[in-house]
Amino acid sequence: MVHHSLSPRQYLILGLVAVSAPLGDSCLSRGMAAMPPITLAHPASLIAAVFTPWIALGITLLIGFFASYLTALSWADLTFVLPATAFGYVIVALLAHFWLHETISLERWAGIVLITLGVGFVARGPSLTQHPAPEAEKSADLEPIEREVETQ
Amino acid sequence: MTITLPTVPLPATINPWFAAAMIAAVVLTSTTGEVLTAAAMKSIGDLDVIRAHSGLKGAIRAVLTSPLFFAGVFFLALAFFSLLFALNHLNLSLVGPASASLTLVTNAVAGKIFLKENVDRRRWASAVLVCVGVYLLAH
Repeated sequence: MVHHSLSPRQYLILGLVAVSAPLGDSCLSRGMAAMPPITLAHPASLIAAVFTPWIALGITLLIGFFASYLTALSWADLTFVLPATAFGYVIVALLAHFWLHETISLERWAGIVLITLGVGFVARGPSLTQHPAPEAEKSADLEPIEREVETQ
Repeated sequence: MTITLPTVPLPATINPWFAAAMIAAVVLTSTTGEVLTAAAMKSIGDLDVIRAHSGLKGAIRAVLTSPLFFAGVFFLALAFFSLLFALNHLNLSLVGPASASLTLVTNAVAGKIFLKENVDRRRWASAVLVCVGVYLLAH
């Protein structure tokens, strides 16, 4: 596996991670804001919240997020996946702007520019740290296959 | 964000220390969970390769037989419930950007220390840019 260039499939998975997380969070927020205040004295009411429609939809989206996130982490570094998928916030803000006609303040445009720059930065670098040593890069490429055999 | 955000991020009735503690709980539990999960996935190997060899069931089995994975999920579940708790007391306009942006930085530190990831200047720069950007965008 060449880790410097991601396949279209891998970009698709990073895209899924990016979009499903902020959409899921928005659903959770909408659901929780509609609930009466919950105190630490009654933690069971948090469990009941799981079965309300917005929270359930949010959880479904977050399960999809988790599956694609795990896949991404199996072939890329955590410090690559997290900034790269923060691009989802930009996608959601732009969708809100063009579909829902929400206004985007100057502050938010600045945020969009900074995230895009940060994602561009990280995406131009390698997606996976090669262990144990940089000079052992070629043999490290074989590692995932060896490990995979061990798990069977 | 597709929802209408209130203009005052912190309700007057909330103690700022309580708000900070709720956000810190989300950040710490999610960082621990993400580092453990990332370690688990690295020890399992490329899921796409495993799936090509032994199918989706094989890939699921590889994940579900990893103790590290369950340790990670435990902390991610804690993070999830502390997020729900925080969202019940604070607005998303505060909890969302604060926890998302702080988690990026704590993960860069934790990734370098615990996962021995090569967090070079490029990755620090992008973590900080995205951190400030997420805060500005979601605030």
